[in-house]
Parts: sequence; C-alpha cells; structure tokens
Amino acid sequence: MIKKIIIDSEGNKFLEKIETISGEKITSCDQCGVCTGSCPFTDNMDITPSNVMRKVQLGQKEVLETKTIWVCASCLHCMTRCPRGLDLSKVAEALRQISLREAIDNFDIDQIDKEETKKLPPIALVGSFRKLTG
Amino acid sequence: MRENKLRIPYYPGCTLKANAKNFEVSALHSMEKLGIEMIELPRWNCCGVVESLTADDKMRHLAPVRNLIRVEEMNEAGIVDDEFRLLTLCSMCFNTLKRSNKFVREDQENLDLINDFMYQEPDYQGKVEVIHLFELLADRGFSRITEKIEKKLEKLNVAAYYGCMLLRPRNISIDDAENPNIIENFVSALGANPVNWHNKHRCCGSYHTLSNKQLVVDSVKEIIQDAQKNRAEIIITSCPLCAFNLDQRQKEIKEQDDNFRQMPILYFTQLLALALGLGKESFGFDQNYIDPEPVLKRFLE
Repeated sequence: MIKKIIIDSEGNKFLEKIETISGEKITSCDQCGVCTGSCPFTDNMDITPSNVMRKVQLGQKEVLETKTIWVCASCLHCMTRCPRGLDLSKVAEALRQISLREAIDNFDIDQIDKEETKKLPPIALVGSFRKLTG
Repeated sequence: MRENKLRIPYYPGCTLKANAKNFEVSALHSMEKLGIEMIELPRWNCCGVVESLTADDKMRHLAPVRNLIRVEEMNEAGIVDDEFRLLTLCSMCFNTLKRSNKFVREDQENLDLINDFMYQEPDYQGKVEVIHLFELLADRGFSRITEKIEKKLEKLNVAAYYGCMLLRPRNISIDDAENPNIIENFVSALGANPVNWHNKHRCCGSYHTLSNKQLVVDSVKEIIQDAQKNRAEIIITSCPLCAFNLDQRQKEIKEQDDNFRQMPILYFTQLLALALGLGKESFGFDQNYIDPEPVLKRFLE
C-alpha cells in the first residue's frame, strides 16, 4: 500500500520560510542520519539533527520548541559529511532566527557571572549574543 | 647575504588584545625571529566572530569585508608592497574573514551590494587572500623553522588540537578537513612528538561556555582525556575560545572529578617561541590557567 503524506499549506509555508532564510534545499535530505552520527552534542539534544530536518520537511512547527536548535554550535561536522551537501548549521540558524527576529532571546544576559566576564574572551561573549539573542 | 624580510598585513582581532595577549606576543616575537614582520591593519574592526548563516540577511558580511578594504588600502599607501595576503592568528577571525571574502569574491551581485551599502568606503576589489599563520609557515616550509630552532623540544608529546574553525567548512580548510596533519608537521618541525589522537577536531562547545557551561565542561573533559590516553603532555591550539575552554574549564572538571589530571593548554606560538630560544617575556605563561612550566621545565632551564 502506498502511503501519502499530505503537508497542509501552513506547514508548507513554514518549510519554504526556513528554506528561504537558510538558503538550503531541505527537501533533498534523505534521512541517512550521518549528521546525527557526526554530531558531538546529541547527548545534550532532545531530538536528533536528522529529526530536525525531517520535521522541517514535514512543516512541523513544533521543531521551534526543541532544545536541539539552540544546542547546535555550528561546528560543521555534519556539513562536512552530509552526502547531500546540506549545511545543517544554516537550518538551525534559520529556526533560531524565527524567535530571534521577534526579539525573543534564548539566553538571559543578566545570568552571566560578573566575575567570569573578566576572564571570558570577547569572542565568547559576542558569539553568544550573536547566536542566542535577537 | 641577509634574507629579505617578509612584510605582511596582519589582523589581530579583539581577543588577542585582551585574554589572549600571550598568543599575540609569542607570535610577534617568533615571527620577528623568522624574518616575518606582521603589520597590524590600520583601523581594523570586529570580524563578526561567527559567520553569517542566513541567506536573506547579508548585512552581517559588512564587518568582515570592511577589514579586507583596509588591506587594499595598505597596498595603495605603500605600507606593504604588493602583499594582499591577510594574516590571521585567531581561528575564529580566520573563519569569518575567509568565508565572507568567498561570499563577495565568488558572487558579483554580493560584492556590488556590499560595496553599494558601504558607499563611504573605497570599493572592495576582491584582491585579498585571507590566510592563517599555519598556512604561511607551511608555505614557506616548516624546515625554515627547524633551521632556527635553539631548543629542540625532544620527547615532548604534543596533541595538536584543530578545533572547528581551521577546518570547516571544507572549502576554507587549511588542510584536509577530516584528516589534517599540518599542525602535526609543525610540531615535528620543533623536534617534538605529535601524538595520534581521535578528538583533534571535535568541537569544544564554543560560545556555550556562557549559557551552557556543563556542555563545555563535558566536551573538554572528553577531549583532554583522549589526548592523555594517547600520552600527550600538552595540547596546542590556535583558537582563543578553544584555549579558554580547554584551559579554564579544567577548574570545573577537577571540582566534579577529583581523579581528573589537569594538563597545560598552549597557543602553538608559545611553543614556537620556546623552541626558538626566546625569553620568558615572549611566552606569556602568566595568562595560562594551568601552569605549563612544570611540564616544560626541562626546556626552560
């Protein structure tokens, strides 16, 4: 029996939006799982990187609520190995941008240990602000 | 006959002027000894730190590209002589500058857009090549370092840590992205022994060190223990964020696991300065959290 998955127009709009922001052809993902196998931080994630790709393909917006998209640190292990040449760091960034462009931060700057800021390299601070705040 | 000195534009970036002063000073002094004069870019600005990953927002490429204009200006002003290579030390600066350079050089539309937006600046002509110090040293031949060595670092086991930014994405990598050996070759040139290990390009956790410290602590522990398992005595790196995480987060690892054996993390230029026979003022070991002196004692006397 052939199963057919129907993605509603809202889901399709979501997929298109993420493809526009990321510039990646997300529908070409084959779900081979090499990204998940390569990712050093899956232990800290709630869903796997390949699962993020699948959810975006299907237009499932709840992917925005996952920890995974914020844990991705763009280390690019996955991209280096993806047989489809996809850059998952750009997909994660696009998903983060949905919140960040509405100025919804994922990181409370007040939580930074004041003593530690004296030791922290500026690139750690700027990197965090760029990735986690809108 | 006296060898001609190489004069090359150099982009330091913010962290080399703050937490990683020991990286800069050790590099400047070592390069002087190797006949390379690093000329700091006038009016440099932030490299952007993390590469822009959004296709629909090109604004983030302005900062890196503006730095590249400075290199062309240096050539026009005669500060350097037909030297369009821009030397970087910090891996993150290298990554963002090189990627943004590709972004404008390989797409005329992007170049025009960025140039139009920065109409008060001279147009960027796309002449600049962003390179990392490892590439410069490798191109000149690591044997030229060996010739100048005063203290051969014999029997010192060194783990070469690449991190992410020197290798990925593949199209800007300083070596094979999956199986690099450029830093190992550098280590061999100093007379030291590069260890073979698995985690040399595993991500340390990067900027999560602020918002998700435990993630970084766990990652660093795995990296360091792998280096130790392969008998490394020190780890060298060129990324100030990796260096911070690998060095400073050993405090938290030790608090959580008393059996953990701490080990020194050095910038590769600190090791180079040592091998070149430079003085303590060129090492900047006081900025290292784990004191490297006990391990390097036999070379410091």
